[in-house]
Amino acid sequence: MDDVDAEVTMARRLPRRDVIIIGLGWTGSIMANELTDEGLEVMAIERGPWRDAPTDFPPTYMQDELRYRVRHELFLRPEQLTFTFRNKTDQTALPIRSWGAFMPPNGVGGGGVHWNAEMWRFLPSDFVVKTHLTERYGASFLPEDMTVQDWGITYGELEPFYDRFEYLCGTSGTAGNLRGQIMQGGNPFEGSRSRPYPTPAQAQPFSHTLFGKAARELGYKPFPQPSGNLSQAYTNTLGLKMGPCTYCGFCEWFGCSNYSKASPQTTILPYLVRKPNFSARDNSEVIRINLDKSGNRATGVTFVDTSGDEWEQPADLVILSAYTLFNVQLLLHSKIGRPYDPVANTGTLGRNYTHQTISTVNGFFDPKKFNFNPFIASGSIGMCIDEFNGDNFDHGPHGFVGGGYMGQVQTGARPIESTLVPPGTPKWGAAWKTAVKDNYLSTVKPGTGVHGSFYAYRDIYLDLDPTYTDRFGRPLMRITMDLKENEIKQNRFLTDKFAEIVKAMGANKLDVHYRTGPYDITTYQTTHLNGGAVMGTDPTTSVINRYLQNWDVPNLFVLGASAFPQNPGYNPTLTVGALAFWAAAAIRNKYLKSPGRLIDA
Amino acid sequence: MKNDNRRLSIHRRELLAGAAYLALGASRSSATVIFDHLPWTPNAGSPPSAASLGPWHFFTGEEGRTIEALADRIIPPDPETPGGKDSGSALFIDRQLAGPYGHQDGLYVRPPFLKGAKNQGHQSEKSPAQEYREGLAALDKCCSAQFAGKVFYELSDADKDRVLRGLESGEFKFDGVDGKAFFEQVIKDVQTGFFADPIYGGNRDMVAWKMIGYPGARYNYLDWVSRHNEKFPLPPVSMTGRAEWTTSTRR
Repeated sequence: MDDVDAEVTMARRLPRRDVIIIGLGWTGSIMANELTDEGLEVMAIERGPWRDAPTDFPPTYMQDELRYRVRHELFLRPEQLTFTFRNKTDQTALPIRSWGAFMPPNGVGGGGVHWNAEMWRFLPSDFVVKTHLTERYGASFLPEDMTVQDWGITYGELEPFYDRFEYLCGTSGTAGNLRGQIMQGGNPFEGSRSRPYPTPAQAQPFSHTLFGKAARELGYKPFPQPSGNLSQAYTNTLGLKMGPCTYCGFCEWFGCSNYSKASPQTTILPYLVRKPNFSARDNSEVIRINLDKSGNRATGVTFVDTSGDEWEQPADLVILSAYTLFNVQLLLHSKIGRPYDPVANTGTLGRNYTHQTISTVNGFFDPKKFNFNPFIASGSIGMCIDEFNGDNFDHGPHGFVGGGYMGQVQTGARPIESTLVPPGTPKWGAAWKTAVKDNYLSTVKPGTGVHGSFYAYRDIYLDLDPTYTDRFGRPLMRITMDLKENEIKQNRFLTDKFAEIVKAMGANKLDVHYRTGPYDITTYQTTHLNGGAVMGTDPTTSVINRYLQNWDVPNLFVLGASAFPQNPGYNPTLTVGALAFWAAAAIRNKYLKSPGRLIDA
Repeated sequence: MKNDNRRLSIHRRELLAGAAYLALGASRSSATVIFDHLPWTPNAGSPPSAASLGPWHFFTGEEGRTIEALADRIIPPDPETPGGKDSGSALFIDRQLAGPYGHQDGLYVRPPFLKGAKNQGHQSEKSPAQEYREGLAALDKCCSAQFAGKVFYELSDADKDRVLRGLESGEFKFDGVDGKAFFEQVIKDVQTGFFADPIYGGNRDMVAWKMIGYPGARYNYLDWVSRHNEKFPLPPVSMTGRAEWTTSTRR
């Protein structure tokens, strides 16, 4: 038990803990709370600073678009850690010097601090997508280089854990399928849910209701987006109290001081930190998961503090719960598992990396007839339709697979980014100024209006870069990522459907933005990065088993969207949280009784 | 595989009563350990610091005149709303370039700097501050060559616009500097300053927010979310309040 690797003897050793949690965001907080309930001594190690809702995001200065959105105040600084990027394997990857396509989180609460709080469940068919599509369309319908696979878990197995996370967060929404019964006003395509949402759907501003009306008239079944910004006060399952959202329009990129947006700060941490068997260490970056000589057992972690000193923290159980990319990167640096090689098609670590296929249509309305007050919103407000998500429609005639939800989900109208002008307007000068003035209050800017799936491919993956290094001299992780024909076709189909609805709302002019290749690292496309350390039933195509337990190192569990084998057409966080509860239940009910592999490879 | 079948041992740690943030001594880790309660500190966050008025921090006097002239062509004044110059966009850019943004603080600036595809992002070693210095010099050099020794701010508005349209289309080229990219950056920065909170030096007296009908750094629209197609009646407010609240100190 106490053997120490030669390479870690330089670090000073701290007293052993039962459990070490790497990263105190959503999944780390959930797991810490579950395992402290078992009486285990749990310590979380967080790279970034401690953050408290009312002191770090005060309403006296949090509504600051320049500081938080444009200058990325709450996110990781690329100087501390970044990635390199290329489209194709024959290109030289270059470093992401300033964030663009996605925004890596930093600090206690992780992405749960500055997310929009969309609370979507995946479709039952999403979890068995390979089987489902093959049965319905035949294996030859899928592109040859597409590497989608089943998750190894079903919607029915995950449902109780979706429910737990929804009730932890107080989620506001309208049920569409209650215990098998389709409910008016909800999403008729969703999987069966055991209970209604804990709180009713949020109120909808003018343009959002207008989308619902237009969609209904076109024969769709619109419903309010499920929201972690609450419609009313709520006391959660840990006894923590949340307040109603005030629709201030500063969710995404910003922290909420009002206890209205579900985050680790508002739903778990004040309860967790009072437990005598929990502690956390902030501003400490874990640089390695340590293994014993067999290579099959984690002995703890090594972290670096703010003085640059290395410390070894021994533990019996290691939970890796950082952001998608950091999970994969730490596994690569710790030499746990076999790195994926797309040419030989061997190895698993870094395989099936995905993003989200999003696009939008901006609508310009007659300013004399429409005043949307577009600054009134929340991050997860909106009316949506799900007719074109997953396999909710027959893909046969269209020649692609996958889909997404679409809706007027505008999160506010912060003026640096929301002063749009109709297509054809000059970019500067008097005509530009007049157009901005005329259109600001009467423009619909849905943002991620079309929110499509992103399936996995053989040559889209993560590995270590041969050239660029981080502040410790370690190789940066390299992203090889492009948009494939399937996703481009999917997006064109969905964006056209979306444009029809925006037009039916009464827009005079549309500005249609399809998602096209090549994949662009400078344009924001959500922070929904997935895969690289995927879950599954086969150790030759997955890094972790269905309980999120590492195949090679059974006392290591890897949480987060890095587990997604491919990305469905929804926001990932509800599934990320549900999987954390699911893994915690497996540890509590199975692993602690007999520490070891929960599934034989 | 080494499989330890004993149940994970349970340790109870002695707690220091009332200490949420335990700063460990030099003989142990210098990081802080948080336990027992939230590490609450009043005013723990860092409020933004207001841009000071007064002389340029980054620009020279000449550069300042050029950037003001650029700001006023990108956002020309009209009878209702001042232009980029009088609303403070030039001051905004000056303070941004003199601060962390101008020096790429926090960005990844390790070599090698290779030329990549546009969709791989900015790969220059040069900071925004350097790029402004070179871009403004190149602008004046080219104007002076083409307009008989006159620099940009000395040109008529029509000539200024002719130069800027030429930069935009790529017909008017700088020596050794990408004029098109430079102008795109200036447009972006002038407009950002116009719409950012006035605390940063632009959007003086919230003129841009008044122009478009944005009510500013407000916090609560509960009473308004369900009032559809009605104009929100209250004037904007910024992080520094409103001019009429503080006239004695703002004059």
